[in-house]
Amino acid sequence: MSPNEPEYGFPATLWRAVERRRPPLPRFRSSVRGPRFTAWLGLVLLVGMPVVIVTGLLSYVAYGSAPIPGDVGFLRPPAFDWPTSPAWLYRVNQGTHVLLGLVLVPVVLAKLWSVVPKLVAWPPARSLTDALERGTVLLLVGSLLFEIVTGVLNIQYDYVFGFSFYAAHYVGAWVFIGAFVAHVVLKLPHMVAGLRRREDPPDHDLVADDPLPPTISRRGALTLVGGGAALVGLLSVGQVLDGPLRGTAVLLPRGRTTAAGDGGPNDFPVNRTFVSTGIAAAATGAAWRLDVGGIRLDRAALLAMDLHTADLPISCVEGWSTQQTWTGVRLRDLAALAGVPEPTSAVVRSLETGPFAQAELHEGQVLHPDSLLALRVNGADLSPDHGFPARLIVPAIPGVRCTKWVRSVEFRSV
Amino acid sequence: MRFVRPVVLLGCVALAGYAATIVAGDPSWVRMAVWFLAGVVVHDALLLPLYAGADRALVALAPRTRVPVVNHVRAPALGAGLTLLLFLPGIVRQGEGAVIGATGLDQSPFLGRWLLLVATLFAVSAAVYGLRVLAGLTRPSLTRPSTAGGSRPA
Repeated sequence: MSPNEPEYGFPATLWRAVERRRPPLPRFRSSVRGPRFTAWLGLVLLVGMPVVIVTGLLSYVAYGSAPIPGDVGFLRPPAFDWPTSPAWLYRVNQGTHVLLGLVLVPVVLAKLWSVVPKLVAWPPARSLTDALERGTVLLLVGSLLFEIVTGVLNIQYDYVFGFSFYAAHYVGAWVFIGAFVAHVVLKLPHMVAGLRRREDPPDHDLVADDPLPPTISRRGALTLVGGGAALVGLLSVGQVLDGPLRGTAVLLPRGRTTAAGDGGPNDFPVNRTFVSTGIAAAATGAAWRLDVGGIRLDRAALLAMDLHTADLPISCVEGWSTQQTWTGVRLRDLAALAGVPEPTSAVVRSLETGPFAQAELHEGQVLHPDSLLALRVNGADLSPDHGFPARLIVPAIPGVRCTKWVRSVEFRSV
Repeated sequence: MRFVRPVVLLGCVALAGYAATIVAGDPSWVRMAVWFLAGVVVHDALLLPLYAGADRALVALAPRTRVPVVNHVRAPALGAGLTLLLFLPGIVRQGEGAVIGATGLDQSPFLGRWLLLVATLFAVSAAVYGLRVLAGLTRPSLTRPSTAGGSRPA
């Protein structure tokens, strides 16, 4: 064995044979690539990705006693009663998850671009452990792109993938978490070394053997990536803002409010239109009654009760949110009326059918003084799209649980 | 460290395998797997070669000017590509039924808005280029090459 021959793992004959059979492979010649460029992008992702992961898992917890997907074995974040205070908790959590996820997309693409010479490096492996590492890189990149693609499509209501977004995004997240942790453990020393370097070593496997004349500096390329991230951020942040700034999200569905766009009391985003539910208009008219533990109340009877007003956000799992001023009956007053003065949970059901036609609330959510069966918003009656005759609004809860077109509230004390 | 690497890698594979069992009973798990692999294939074999090739063509075709023009095309083109990639469903009006059901609004404004955004990116870049050229003209002694123009520096 010559001293320059690389070391092969078991079975050495196989790995040596692989190395000899080099197919024609593309060469990458940019002068920007190198361990320093990759390390800076890696640092951004090392800081950003854990935030996206944690906010995503917290969102799963926020869905409460009926998370989706339900049966996840031991891949379940620690269960706890999702807090009701501060009221903006889910708004900030989910806004961060989606916005940061979007902003990191150009960084991810640049990171993949920066390491593409490794994709075609020959030989692909010199040992079984090498081959295993290549497999985990497939898991890392595959799950990362899968999370980005499903997430980006979901916030734009494009369900072209044809499978359950919730299940797929959750499973993809765990594949990514494992691959991300493994990648950080194995590559952290490389990143630290890359950040400390003043020059890229010419024999490094990310540095081109025969680079093309530079057309942009490494710093210029990083600025370009940062500019892309800033552009995405500017085009997305509007979906968590109210007022004229919402319109800055020009390419997202949540940059707009309603078809009327009249600036009136009901002119804020809708997450499900009345028409799309298929509920008969008559069912929400004069014949409508709310069923509270067998007691049936019409809207006039509800309006005659003690009314309470609260500023609370609607915050969607898709990241957009809006804060409005709601007026209605406190859930705890309804519980007392129903003869359940100390409820431990409640189930709120809608006139519509489907997976989000009901919401289960824990004790803290039922008893919170701002938890309302809302009848009015911003001083006007709820519009049909916003849940007329009555809708649920609870502090810090995912928007999809703020059941609209409420049919019944069942309070439980066991 | 000798044993850390295989242990970490096996842990990663084991976690992925266990996570996959969550959707093992889901009839659409094959679609999920296809989308998982397709993402990698489309990125590595299509998207990256496409934009890397386009960039090389840009560098080769860009005229040799005293103020280099390449990055003034590269930056807005990347912005256009990135926004097209991220906001494609609205721009090509895919999944419009679900959008109308969720928001009560159609997707008609997005293509026009995206085209306007792209035009703005290129216009701003062109304006900055113009300013750089003008700045160069006012300081000719600093930027005028001493050798015959036209040839790329070695």
